[in-house]
Amino acid sequence: MTENTGTFVNIGERTNVTGSVRFRKLISEKQYDTALEIARQQVDGGAQILDVNMDEGLLNSEAEMSRYLNLIASEPDISRVPIMIDSSKWSVIEAGLKCLQGKSIVNSISLKEGEEQFLKQARLVHRYGAAMVVMAFDEKGQAETAKRKYEICKRAYDILVKEIDFPPEDIIFDPNIFAVATGIDEHNDYALAFFEGTKLIKQNLPHVHVSGGVSNVSFAFRGNNMVREAMHTCFLYHAIKAGLDMAIVNAGSLPGYQDIPEDLRERIEDVLLNRSQNATDRMLEIAERYRGSTGITKIIDNTWREQTVDERLEHALIHGISDFIEIDVEEARQKYDKPIQVIEIPLMNGMNLVGDLFGAGKMFLPQVVKSARVMKKAVSILLPYIEKQKNEDHHSKGKILMATVNGDVHDIGKNIVGVVLQCNNYQVIDLGVMVSCAKILEVAAKEKVDIIGLSGLITPSLDEMVYVGSEMQRAKLELPLLIGGATTSKMHTAVKIDPTYNGPVVHVTDASRSVGVVQALLSRDRRSAYAKSIRAEYQTMAKKRYISRIDRNRITIGDARSNRSKFEWSNYQPPKPTFEGIKVFDGYPLQELINRIDWQPFFTTWELRGRFPDIIDDPLVGKAARSLWNDAKDMLKQIIDNKWARPRAVIGFWAAKSDMDDIRLTTDNGEFVVHTLRQQIPPRSNRANLALSDYISPNGDDWLGGFTVTAGKEIQERAKNFEEIGDVYNSILLKALADRLAEAFAERLHERVRREFWGYATTEDLSNDSLIAEDYQGIRPAPGYPACPDHTEKRTLFDLLDAEKQVGVNLTKSFAMWPAASVSGWYFSHPSARYFGLGKIDRDQVEDYAQRKGMSTKLIERWLASSLAYDTEKSEIKF
Amino acid sequence: MTAGALELSHLAQQRIVILDGAMGTMIQEMSLTENDFRGDRFTDASHTLKGDNDILNLSQPEKIEHIHLQYFNAGSDIIQTNTFNATSISQADYGLSHLAKEINVEGARIARSAADKVRAAKGIATFVAGSLGPTNRTASISPNVSDPGARNVTFDKLRDAYLEATLGLIEGGVDIILVETIFDTLNAKAALFAIEQAFDKLDIKLPIMISGTITDLSGRTLSGQTPEAFWNSLRHANPFSVGFNCALGAKDLRPHIAELSRVADVRISAYPNAGLPNEFGGYDEKPEQTACHIAEWAKEGLVNIVGGCCGTTPAHIAAIANSLSGIAPRIVPHLSSQLRLSGLEPFDLRSAL
Repeated sequence: MTENTGTFVNIGERTNVTGSVRFRKLISEKQYDTALEIARQQVDGGAQILDVNMDEGLLNSEAEMSRYLNLIASEPDISRVPIMIDSSKWSVIEAGLKCLQGKSIVNSISLKEGEEQFLKQARLVHRYGAAMVVMAFDEKGQAETAKRKYEICKRAYDILVKEIDFPPEDIIFDPNIFAVATGIDEHNDYALAFFEGTKLIKQNLPHVHVSGGVSNVSFAFRGNNMVREAMHTCFLYHAIKAGLDMAIVNAGSLPGYQDIPEDLRERIEDVLLNRSQNATDRMLEIAERYRGSTGITKIIDNTWREQTVDERLEHALIHGISDFIEIDVEEARQKYDKPIQVIEIPLMNGMNLVGDLFGAGKMFLPQVVKSARVMKKAVSILLPYIEKQKNEDHHSKGKILMATVNGDVHDIGKNIVGVVLQCNNYQVIDLGVMVSCAKILEVAAKEKVDIIGLSGLITPSLDEMVYVGSEMQRAKLELPLLIGGATTSKMHTAVKIDPTYNGPVVHVTDASRSVGVVQALLSRDRRSAYAKSIRAEYQTMAKKRYISRIDRNRITIGDARSNRSKFEWSNYQPPKPTFEGIKVFDGYPLQELINRIDWQPFFTTWELRGRFPDIIDDPLVGKAARSLWNDAKDMLKQIIDNKWARPRAVIGFWAAKSDMDDIRLTTDNGEFVVHTLRQQIPPRSNRANLALSDYISPNGDDWLGGFTVTAGKEIQERAKNFEEIGDVYNSILLKALADRLAEAFAERLHERVRREFWGYATTEDLSNDSLIAEDYQGIRPAPGYPACPDHTEKRTLFDLLDAEKQVGVNLTKSFAMWPAASVSGWYFSHPSARYFGLGKIDRDQVEDYAQRKGMSTKLIERWLASSLAYDTEKSEIKF
Repeated sequence: MTAGALELSHLAQQRIVILDGAMGTMIQEMSLTENDFRGDRFTDASHTLKGDNDILNLSQPEKIEHIHLQYFNAGSDIIQTNTFNATSISQADYGLSHLAKEINVEGARIARSAADKVRAAKGIATFVAGSLGPTNRTASISPNVSDPGARNVTFDKLRDAYLEATLGLIEGGVDIILVETIFDTLNAKAALFAIEQAFDKLDIKLPIMISGTITDLSGRTLSGQTPEAFWNSLRHANPFSVGFNCALGAKDLRPHIAELSRVADVRISAYPNAGLPNEFGGYDEKPEQTACHIAEWAKEGLVNIVGGCCGTTPAHIAAIANSLSGIAPRIVPHLSSQLRLSGLEPFDLRSAL
């Protein structure tokens, strides 16, 4: 694997006794296990190279360097990255070089003791097989001006390359980063000198790299971390533009350049670029204002704290601020006669306002969910004071049961709807995921709920919803049934679910619609008229569909096969993967995934409409989107720092040959057959009737791949912890990110499969956008999705991959994957392979397919219900 | 460059160069007794010497030369000295550390003599590669699971042992130094360091061949490196060739050779085992089978130098040499100049400007 070509490299700085008090303490107390954890956190947190420094007077630095590097060598998660041996003592560097099998970087040597010593050390560095940092330091001292920085580096370069043939690409110059804004005028030009010096070095000395220790620049602001971190970000922004290739940084703690408040950024840049006379004074002044802040996102205007307690509670709810809620609720409790009144008056007023603003499109879903979090916290503070009989039931506008149906595990959408309803003062009983029909009916009766809401994401869940509808009918219920979730549709609800149940059935497209629907259904005046109008609409839809299907043409499966995609197999040599069988990845580095996240679906989940990244600056939703995105990035950082995610994956390749619509695999565990389905649309303009098997050679020299990736169960457990403490916002946020990570993981692995494991596209070099646009050779269709809608084929895939055991992903009875943030599919390498939709298929193929799979036609029809071009029963429409 | 090195480069440009096959297998087939191993010189040895193949350089030199001659006759261009275990570290098992240098000198002389005889008789170019094995210790793996920081050998100790062996090999007249069967890259780095020291000391520069070992189907060395990381760790030695040998048969070695062939901008060598060992530890792959796999690699342009390791015989080498006639060697790619680092995995960095 070759990564990171031509981009900036983070070098982890925390395993440094001079830079980290904690690390120094651990080493001097010989607590190596914990000291190793710091290295691991650095690597997990995105350090691509690990800097190790043991330069401390009281330590035996040589022995500690050897000891620590030997320990690292025993930890494959850490030792996968190169090491930077950081010491000002040659003996320590040499001790380190003798412990590393990889190619490391020596940091540093210089001309300060003259050429002879310098060349002697450089020769040894090369003989030990390392690259090296050369400081801009000569017999006269450290270079401060751009000119001298360049001159020293040029001199070093010339003698290294010309006299001892040192490979120039193995030279990394450190042109010295010094502190600015120290109050000493001579220091004002230090940052600018670094930028200019870097430019000269990169322009004139071919193949070399430039590095630096960034934290020096902000030394004048010790104790003011927020300002220091902002300075580091600004410094890097300019230094990278000048040509900086790598830097020793605490990768996890840098704010985004755009996230730094403009006034602060401007003054920092005045200092760094030395572009105003009183830059230092202005910088010191603004730094005072930010002193004590712990991070950019925490900068807030606290003037609202001067208002009355009711106004403060309202403000906290609308802005989703929970920092002061305990004090404010306590004050309100003292003010009102009864604790319950705090809920009834200021809190409810606030939530009604939130509901109004949301309804008017002035607040957005992520903000509403944050409001709900504040509300829940306030209520939990008051509950102990409220008498039992006066619990919240009496005040809610209605009781709604919500569940993700049996066989399905996806609940983000359901949870969002639940929160929105709660914000609007409905009581929600959330039964969670994989809820059996019996349980739904039992709780509905026991709790006397007013509405049942069902959710699901995968197609088999549609069938389960039909079943729940028919069981509700059998139980002679009359309460409204709401249907929602990504796979549901108005048409399916109209055609399949509505006919099974006499009570009102309503398909809810998104969370923001749910309040209006629930209001109408629970209003005594409007309920009956509303239900009637919905039913009438659904019946019209169903009727139209029925009519449109009468003359729907399909060609026979025989004709479709004759019109399959035919490739010149005799001229084609299928690429051979680098291994056969499976390969497992455990604890895959998150940093590799984070940059590959496709953010678009993330914003869609939160019902923020717009294209990413434009959405961040959108005049309407930009503020909400940006705040959500910042929270997401903070959460990602937490995921990394606290190791909340342990992404796992298994991939496999098997010898394959196509046999018309089947693909036969030969594996160590015997023969497997993958069954694919073929389009039966009447062909137009020479288009073939495709099946996935078309992309595999019939000659027995081809290969099929498969994969299952998961963000891991740990992240689901963490989300549950948030739920348990009532933090719905973070729970939903974490789950939505887990989904993104799983998708990014699938994308990343597919990329590595193409370039590395299957290796048929070794030169491919695509940007994230082209990856998302699927601009590459080969496809990875997932069982249950358009090209191969039969979810049951997932069983074969999982058996081939041994996925349950290898990565802990299980299949439910509906073939949903648990943990939910998982992705699986097949890999096809053929250059002409494209994603396609199967469309609707006819009975002849279904019968043939059932026979090939050894299942009954009836059962297959159930699994393929949404892909059938015909109706399985005569008529299901109530005219 | 020495005359031998020039001649070797020239040959490698024209065709795929053929190495020899296993030494151990050939010695085993002679069914030598303890007394044979001792010969006249070591009748009083304190340890059992049976199994110390390298001592045969001193006790049975003509038998070793005979094996070398068989390989030349089968078509080898390069033969490897019988010095795989001839470092002071490995010879400690037999109480013969003090003879390490002599075993290397003699091992090189025997091979040199065979090579010179064949050259004189047939008028063809023949080469001797001085073999430096991995030793029986690892510098980056702890021998003790409960103390992962412990090591039973240091870089310095390895380097000293390799220096002694290299000086012996050069004294005995080898054309090439071969660092082989590398399962811990740090051991190999010590060997390469020592080789540079020996070159400095004798004011000579010989071509270096490097050959690692992928220990199982996971595709990594025993010390955990991927092929590309392995190459990044050792490319500073500017070797004549890099490759893999041992542990796997030709069929299973292919993907790793292909990987190395993609990333290494020097010649690629490969000398696999005769398949995987059977339940008795023997090797069953027939010469034609091995040759067939290797010819496939060659046609794909993956290799420059091939031969055999455990279980291969002169018959295998003859079959390999036959199957390669007319197939051009791999063209050594020119790669852009890049900072190529590694831990267990490679990390390449191009300059941003």
